[in-house]
Amino acid sequence: MTSNQLMFILFALMIIVFSILTVTTRKILRAATFLLFVLVSTSGLYFMLDYQFLAGIQLTLYAGGIVVLIIFSILLTSHISQKFEAPGIKKVIFSALASAAGAILAIVTLLDYHFAASTEAAKEINMNLIGKSLLSVDKDGYVLPFEVISILLLAAMIGAIVIAKKGGPAKIQSTILNEE
Amino acid sequence: MSAGIPVQFFLILATVMFFAGIYGFLTRRNLITILMSVELILNSVNINFMAFNRYLYPNKLEGMFFSIFVIAVAACEAAVAIAIIINIYRRFTTINVEDVNEMKF
Repeated sequence: MTSNQLMFILFALMIIVFSILTVTTRKILRAATFLLFVLVSTSGLYFMLDYQFLAGIQLTLYAGGIVVLIIFSILLTSHISQKFEAPGIKKVIFSALASAAGAILAIVTLLDYHFAASTEAAKEINMNLIGKSLLSVDKDGYVLPFEVISILLLAAMIGAIVIAKKGGPAKIQSTILNEE
Repeated sequence: MSAGIPVQFFLILATVMFFAGIYGFLTRRNLITILMSVELILNSVNINFMAFNRYLYPNKLEGMFFSIFVIAVAACEAAVAIAIIINIYRRFTTINVEDVNEMKF
C-alpha cells in the first residue's frame, strides 16, 4: 500500500464517520464541530487531487466562513448543553431505509459503469490561468457565470441584512412609508 | 498524488456523504441542523465534480469552475438561511420546524 492510498483511506474514514456523526449526534454544537472535520478532510482530498486553489477555498470559505457562521447562530439561538429529543423510531427507520436504499442503488450503478480514465497529460493549474479563465469571453471563459454569481452575492448580502435587521422587513417598509 | 486510487472510491465516498446528508435532512427538526445537512449534500457533489475533472478530463477545468460556483452559491444560501433563522427565532423564540407553523392554515 502506498502512502497516498493510506492518506486516502484516512480521509475517507474521517469523512464517512464524521458525516454520519454530524447527522446523528444529539448535541448541536458537536454536530457543527463534526461538520468542520468533514469539511477539513474534504479539503485534504482536494489537495490529494492536486487542486490546491480549490482546497484553499474549501478551507477558508467552508471551514472558515460557513462553519463560523453556523456556530455563531447556534450560540444565538440554542443553549449549548441542550440535548435534542431523539427523533421517533419510525422516522429513523424509514429515513435510514430510504437513504440506505438510495446509497446502495447509486453505488451499484457506479460500480457497474466503466469509467474510461483519460491518459492525457494533466493541465498545470496556476492562479494566472484561473483568473484569466474567470474573466475571459473566449471558448473556455467563464465571465457570464462570474457576473451572475456577483449579482447573486450582492442580492444575498442585501437580503440577509434586510431579513435579519431588527424589526424585520415589515417595519422597515413602514418607516420608509412614514418618511415619505 | 492520486495514483493507485480508482475514481470509483471517490464516487462511493461522495455517495455515502450525500446520503448521510439526506438522512439528516429527513430526521432533523432543528433548522440549523437541517442547514448543516444541506451543506453536506453540496460538499459531496463538489467531490464528485473534482474527481471527474481529475480522472476523466485532466486537461480541462470545467469541474473546478463548477465547484467554485457551487461553493459561492452555498455561501449565499448559508448567509440568507441564517438571517431567516435568526428572524424566526426572534418571532417564535424557537427554531424547531414543528413549532414554527404560523403561516400554515
